[in-house]
Amino acid sequence: MSLVKKYPKEVKQILSKYPAENKRSAVMPLLFLAQREEGYVNKEAMQDIAKIVDITETDVAAIVGFYTLYHDKKAGKYRMQVCTDLPCALRGAEQFMDSLCGNLGIKVGETTEDGFVTLEAVTCLAACDKAPMFQTQGPDGIKYHENMTVDRTMELISILKKSGKGVE
Amino acid sequence: MEHILLRHRDIPDINKLNVYKKNGGLVAFKNAVTKMKPNEVTDVVKNSGLRGRGGAGFPTGMKWSFIDNKNWPHYVVANADESEPGTFKDREIMESNPFQFLEGLALASYAVGATAAYIYLRGEFWQVAAFLDEKIAEMEAEGYLGEKLFGTDYSLKIFTHLGAGAYICGEETALLESLEGKRGQPRVRPPFPPSVGLYGKPTIINNVETFTNVPMILANGADWYKAIGTADSAGVKIFSLSGRVRKPGNYELPFGTTFRELIYTYGGGVQDSRSVKAIMPAGASSSLILVDDEKILDTPMDYATVRTLKADLGSASVIVIDDTVSMDWLVNKTVHFFKHESCGKCTTCREGTYWMSNLTERIHHGTGTTADVDLLLNVAKQMQGKCLCALGEFSTMAVVTGIERFRKDFDKAVNA
Repeated sequence: MSLVKKYPKEVKQILSKYPAENKRSAVMPLLFLAQREEGYVNKEAMQDIAKIVDITETDVAAIVGFYTLYHDKKAGKYRMQVCTDLPCALRGAEQFMDSLCGNLGIKVGETTEDGFVTLEAVTCLAACDKAPMFQTQGPDGIKYHENMTVDRTMELISILKKSGKGVE
Repeated sequence: MEHILLRHRDIPDINKLNVYKKNGGLVAFKNAVTKMKPNEVTDVVKNSGLRGRGGAGFPTGMKWSFIDNKNWPHYVVANADESEPGTFKDREIMESNPFQFLEGLALASYAVGATAAYIYLRGEFWQVAAFLDEKIAEMEAEGYLGEKLFGTDYSLKIFTHLGAGAYICGEETALLESLEGKRGQPRVRPPFPPSVGLYGKPTIINNVETFTNVPMILANGADWYKAIGTADSAGVKIFSLSGRVRKPGNYELPFGTTFRELIYTYGGGVQDSRSVKAIMPAGASSSLILVDDEKILDTPMDYATVRTLKADLGSASVIVIDDTVSMDWLVNKTVHFFKHESCGKCTTCREGTYWMSNLTERIHHGTGTTADVDLLLNVAKQMQGKCLCALGEFSTMAVVTGIERFRKDFDKAVNA
């Protein structure tokens, strides 16, 4: 189903934020909308968006490729994005990441066997005083998890699995 | 002293509109729109000495006065793309004292005659954006935003817009490209945004913290603000303190507060009672200040004085590095960051960060040679002054100062 048919209200609301002659500005919010359910943007959605904002499909793909929060491939239900940048690393983020890999039985960049978690190392998330920290990118959007321990992370994963979606 | 920006720490629930109003909120905006000419608002900000809090420290009122009044419409954009490693102040402002930020944005819009303003938030802040959308709707419902405000001819709408994970979009022209629905790659400047900005129209872009200062300046006057801080750097600054300190966090302090006060009085001192080896005062983009003498910690933090240590205060994202840290590791981290975030538009930065990364990886992992350290320094110096925007320049700061001021760490790494 096309994006407009599936989310008519949302598409209209997004377009209303920008001057009619500059609707290209809507491309980024539309990509977030398209990515909402599956966690990645498929080819059909890129074609839809190109039509809505009147640019080429290549232009849309170039944007997906440029920004790290857009994905063109399916991953785990939740992407667990651990900040391992300098300030977090000074507060033990690398050791945290290593133990997390051990506990999940995967390496950075891999997905757990059950397809639930993809573990990623990312650059600064602007939470340097609350390291170790990560964000989850999943069906319930992006959420920050700060001052984390490995135990609390494993607990979070089991809660997410039980609830079927996110927790506050 | 009571907070001027982080007022939620003194006033509970200031993120509720009625509480914000009860504490003097939105009086300045209403007063400006009904009783002041737009350029009078700019003049107050100019006289207050307020400088941009995003890192460059450009005088705010002067920037506003550059708006091109021959080309319309005008736009105001809030830079909420907070992505510099070590910076985490704008998120706290937006989450906890949102109306003061929004009022500042509204005042700036009135001052330059903009009827639409955008808040560009990094994509990771989508919960913050949803929160701000609620607050904007509340202001509209009470007649502080929308059509013909307070019975005048002035109308204003504020919109949020999410980025999607790109540090470069904190650079103002890359931000505009991104807001226009393109890849976030910087434009050649000049022309600067006050002449040619969003959709080719005159645009004022300021950091969230900068806007948040404005309502208090309008309410209390330029002289009140100027009396705080130092002659060179007026007012207060939020210092984001991180790294090897006991109590990392945001501390709102007058300019001129010393590194020692920030790290020891507010930050609780260095973890495990180690000593400070280096300070990065402006996040990962900083030069490394060599702390080989205790007296360096007594340096007052304002734009001019920090420069005497051959570093910049920038966004005041103070990363504390203790004596357990080796600079070959640190430089490998910062270079990795900039290589990842380089937008690829200019050759110097795209190739330079790539080659620096190859070298820092080798050096840090013990397969490098002394010649590699020299080559790394050489590459970094060759990049300086030749990049399209500041990102490329920033990527070299820790490299050059790391090798020049902490050469021993690198020699040890290659001879291990």
